[in-house]
Amino acid sequence: MLQDILVTGLVNGGVYALLAVGFSLVFGVARIVNIAHTAFYMLAAYAFYTLLVKGGLGFVLSGVLAVGGVTLLSVLCYRLVIEPVREHEAAVLIATVALAYIFQELMLLTFGGHYLGIPSTLEGGVRLLGVSIPYQRMLILVVAAVMLTAVWFILYRTRLGLAIRATANDLEVANLMGMNVNRVAMATVAISVALAAIAGVVVAPVFVVDPFMWLSPLVTMLAIVVLGGLGSLKGSLIGALIIGYVEAITVFALPAGAYLKGAVALAIMVAVLLARPEGLFGVAFEEER
Amino acid sequence: MYWLRWAWAELKNEVLVLPSRTLVLAWVAAVLLLPVVYGDAYVMRILTMTCIFAIFAASWDLLAGYTGQVNFGHALFFGAGAYTSALMSHKLGITPWATLWAGAAVAMFFGFVVGYLCLRLRGSYLSLATLAFPLIALGLLFAFPDFSGGELGISGLRRFVLTPTANYYVASISMLAIVFGLWKLADSKFGIVLHAIRDDEVAARASGINTPRYKLIVFAVAAGAAGFAGALFAHYLRVAGPSTLEVALSFQVVIWGIFGGVATIYGPVAAVFILYPLTEWLGSFKAFGELRLLIFAVIVLLVLLFMPRGLTPWVRDKIETQCPRCKQRNGAWRKACRLCGAVLEAEVTGAQRLVGHQ
Repeated sequence: MLQDILVTGLVNGGVYALLAVGFSLVFGVARIVNIAHTAFYMLAAYAFYTLLVKGGLGFVLSGVLAVGGVTLLSVLCYRLVIEPVREHEAAVLIATVALAYIFQELMLLTFGGHYLGIPSTLEGGVRLLGVSIPYQRMLILVVAAVMLTAVWFILYRTRLGLAIRATANDLEVANLMGMNVNRVAMATVAISVALAAIAGVVVAPVFVVDPFMWLSPLVTMLAIVVLGGLGSLKGSLIGALIIGYVEAITVFALPAGAYLKGAVALAIMVAVLLARPEGLFGVAFEEER
Repeated sequence: MYWLRWAWAELKNEVLVLPSRTLVLAWVAAVLLLPVVYGDAYVMRILTMTCIFAIFAASWDLLAGYTGQVNFGHALFFGAGAYTSALMSHKLGITPWATLWAGAAVAMFFGFVVGYLCLRLRGSYLSLATLAFPLIALGLLFAFPDFSGGELGISGLRRFVLTPTANYYVASISMLAIVFGLWKLADSKFGIVLHAIRDDEVAARASGINTPRYKLIVFAVAAGAAGFAGALFAHYLRVAGPSTLEVALSFQVVIWGIFGGVATIYGPVAAVFILYPLTEWLGSFKAFGELRLLIFAVIVLLVLLFMPRGLTPWVRDKIETQCPRCKQRNGAWRKACRLCGAVLEAEVTGAQRLVGHQ
């Protein structure tokens, strides 16, 4: 059981980290609470299914196409829907909620409400420390690790990353220094949604794929982001691992744990917020009034 | 006779001079008189639900719009009211007229607890943290199905009254009372303090306002109203299920609130009265039945693109102007202010908008 907990927690934590880091990035740079974030994850899973099963393309090709398409769609949505109402925070918020519902309903119309089965990218598994790990889960872990490293590289080793960090730090000053803040925000949206889409593609064979699959990771992701501190990437990463393990422990160790896993994870988030209202690695409030 | 003359004068001088007040009067009259004119059971059912959700949306607005505590978990209070009332009337056999108040009281207690836990949180942190509470409650309900009925909830509840029209009047009269009560509260000195807390909490505290106490009171009041709506809902549908706690309901109320225009009370109510019957009506068509939520989301999106502050502020700006001198509102057709006689010029307001744009 211990090994199960270790593996499941790590795999789920990796998926959550992909989602939470992207969400955190957009919040930090553009101050958008993007409720539709996990809807893009759902869209990517569906796009992957269509290209792979219906289109008959290979795993790699359909994965890349799905991620690229969803990223393009997100940039389009940002330009058409979010940018015109950027000044009104509330309007942005429900615009993203409305987008998420639109995607959900469109998928419901095209594919119906039932679960879709997607063949595993990699068959078979490996036995490690007495617990068998399917290759698909290993793949999730590897992809998550590679992607997070790539994000770190973009943010800390490229000019775009410098611009993104500067904009997150102070939007007005970044603008005055000659950065095209709107384009930086757009690039951030693209990176963040690409991360979510990659997560969607790699988990599609393992998790259930249905039009409502965005809701439960959304809540977990929000809990992680708040737990780690809004806008803090390190916080999101550590928060994702904490929540991933807490969920795994609840599921394996408690009776009726499957029902309680969300509740326990959220209760931990509330407990952390009581002690540190700005989350584990967030910035204290007093600066931004 | 004197009172009649007084009432007519009040009506003429205070209500009919402003299009918005006339609209509200017409709406109240319509809500009260509709069953007399057109008592179709299906229409009554939709409007009863509309009234219940109007209470819910208005209570959210007091908390989120006025006080700035944008609550993403408002369904917790709705569900608390629904489940409390349902459990008490079902297991203990108490009349729903009494358990309704118990439901509101328990919801109020939940509001107090959530408010206490969230006192130190602000902005997006508060929104995202409050999202957690109804889901924690939902997890607990599913973990103890013997007590809560699990997925199916508690069904077979008693209704308040038997006929559809009478049920409608229970919902609509409580709706009018609560909405006007909340509106009065928000318009009073108390409401001004709430505005101050939303705009700048530190400044409000520096001015000697005990902001934690105000926030706790607002959480409790809003939760109480939402719990009342939840109890009405449970006894009207005769079932209190997990759907009363779902994320979808929390998001729904946020959509209603922002669509109608926050910090107005009447905005969210108007939004419910427009959107809920509209979606039900669209859903009644065979071809549209599956598209209902899609159309709903698209409408919300389009309206927001053109009216980012919400529907009612936009409409109000079209039909009324503000006097530049005494800040009183006037009908858009007037050339001079109805109270101080200052000239109301359209060109000036246009220029002011350019300068004073945030």
